[in-house]
Amino acid sequence: MSVLIFVDNTEGKIKKAGFELASYGAALAKQAGENAIAVSLGKVESDELQKLGNYGITKVLTADDARFASLDNQASAKAIAAAANQTGSKIILLAHNNFGKAIAPRLAVKLQAGLVSNVVGLPVSLDPFKVNKHVFTGKAIGHAVIHTPVKVLTLSYNSFGLVENKVNVTFEAFDPGLTNADFGLIIEQTQTVSGKILLSEAEIVVAGGRGMKGPENWSGLEELASVLGAATACSRPVSDEGWRPHSEHVGQTGKIIAPNLYFAFGISGAIQHLGGVSGSKVIVAVNKDPEAPIFEAADYGIVGDALKVIPEMIAAVKEIKG
Amino acid sequence: MKILVLIGNVPDTTTKIKFNADKTAFDTNGVQWIINPWDELALTRAMELKETPGSGVESVTVANVGKQDTEATLRKALAIGADKAIRVDSEPKDAFFVASQLAQVAKGYDLVFAGIEASDYNGSAVGGMLAEMIGIQSVSGVSNLQIEGSKAKLVREIEGGSQTVSLDFPLLAIVQKGIAKEPRIPAMRGIMMARTKPLEVITPVDTDIRVSFASFDLPPAKAACKKFTEDQVNQLVHALRDEAKVL
Ligand SMILES: Cc1cc2nc3c(=O)[nH]c(=O)nc-3n(C[C@H](O)[C@H](O)[C@H](O)COP(=O)(O)OP(=O)(O)OC[C@H]3O[C@@H](n4cnc5c(N)ncnc54)[C@H](O)[C@@H]3O)c2cc1C
Ligand SMILES: Nc1ncnc2c1ncn2[C@@H]1O[C@H](COP(=O)(O)O)[C@@H](O)[C@H]1O
Repeated sequence: MSVLIFVDNTEGKIKKAGFELASYGAALAKQAGENAIAVSLGKVESDELQKLGNYGITKVLTADDARFASLDNQASAKAIAAAANQTGSKIILLAHNNFGKAIAPRLAVKLQAGLVSNVVGLPVSLDPFKVNKHVFTGKAIGHAVIHTPVKVLTLSYNSFGLVENKVNVTFEAFDPGLTNADFGLIIEQTQTVSGKILLSEAEIVVAGGRGMKGPENWSGLEELASVLGAATACSRPVSDEGWRPHSEHVGQTGKIIAPNLYFAFGISGAIQHLGGVSGSKVIVAVNKDPEAPIFEAADYGIVGDALKVIPEMIAAVKEIKG
Repeated sequence: MKILVLIGNVPDTTTKIKFNADKTAFDTNGVQWIINPWDELALTRAMELKETPGSGVESVTVANVGKQDTEATLRKALAIGADKAIRVDSEPKDAFFVASQLAQVAKGYDLVFAGIEASDYNGSAVGGMLAEMIGIQSVSGVSNLQIEGSKAKLVREIEGGSQTVSLDFPLLAIVQKGIAKEPRIPAMRGIMMARTKPLEVITPVDTDIRVSFASFDLPPAKAACKKFTEDQVNQLVHALRDEAKVL
């Protein structure tokens, strides 16, 4: 028996979430006394796949089929279900990213499996199968129980981390037996943001709110993000006003993130904002109002003017980074 | 063209989350209920499409799985502009249960909208499950949807970017922020009209329960914030490195 881990790729590269999922899958397989087998769909360079062995994956099924590049969730769910059946896997893991979220429910129906998404740790027990997940947008944790023999889980970002565990990894070509009719989605255009750290993967995030006063003041935040190796984010009104793109909006109705370090400049800390960022390990708030609710969620704070603090913080970070 | 919008009934986004004494269930005392924020945006987009000349949209129906107390939420959806509401009369037990109920009513629609997640249990499951059950294509993370003749043109978010895709109807779109700019607020006329619009109640079908919650926990309370002044930026940065060890 084995635990099956779907490792997705973006243009042939595996992202950090994929290696985090591999780490999680290897640990879960160990807990269950099973093998950790990954399945990869589409064209992925072999040295990328080789890296999965650094995180405890012993075998990778590779469906080296260019049609998977269209990220068609229906076709992908079919292929992963075929891999689960071939390997006799009873636990199937996906990342809780856009693609994983799209596939997991379809897969769960195909495999007659119970699905728990947004999982935040290893199962508390295997029988009954009990695992913790985010509920109420990070405001609480639910202890979910799956009653079906087959289980599908999606893992929340940065909730397990990378765990190096070098093993010998083997590869096996895998044919899920799909036809052209399975790939209904036609891609007309793709816009990717290049050269920037992805918000969902960033270890440090620098965010600004309405207290930043206007889009012209973001150059300071961007410079701070660049010296920290951080991604930039914003509160909802900032993206609604068009000061920043929607893709940077974090919170209950935007992206939910859990970096190691989150900076909130000129953000009041409304409950809907905190919902999306409260999973951050350390929160730093800079706000001129000492009563702002963000300070209740923050670990460190500066009561002061964000526009004055930012240049000093850039200088201070540069200094410690040498 | 007929559109169906799935409507989740969730606690208002400002609700303080509490559980009952043995922590086995969410405490609904004093909670205000709203249309799940993404479903409200989806409904807004559905109305915009219906109003677009030449789009061919004849009707917008909303559907919910819930007990009678969710009717206020459905009436609000009717007040926003939906033509008809359907309620499957049961407590929503788990995502598989909810999708199985909706599968009874979702056939025959060309376009079904679901939200990316319900803001209470954050399942991200019902839309995709329903699409699989009724055997139609789904696209997730949709931030724009246009009808172009017999095809749908959508923008979806992918890791590190976005993508314009096209596909045939029938189709289930799982939407996120951006699908409509602002949720529509019911006007007085809409509220009056909603009273007389049809709200059909359907008996649930039996399914097995696949997932349940044994209990819940609130996150541990945070230690008090360490505050610095404007001219202690250096000290803060050093604390982040030496004490919090995050730099
Ligand atoms: C259904 C719903 C969903 C929502 N979802 C989200 C969501 O996902 N994400 C989200 O962010 N919001 C969300 N909101 C909005 C949320 O309620 C708040 O309105 C929003 O978060 C406030 O943004 P802000 O903190 O940038 O602005 P404000 O609340 O206006 O706060 C600005 C802050 O900046 C401070 N400030 C001003 N000048 C300075 C200065 N020079 N230096 C330092 N500080 C300064 C002020 O003291 C204040 O605290 C949602 C609301 C609803 C109703
Ligand atoms: N009880 C329900 N009735 C109708 N639609 C629902 C219900 N629960 C969830 N949905 C739909 O499914 C989406 C995702 O919900 P969930 O899978 O519960 O996170 C929601 O945004 C709704 O569109």
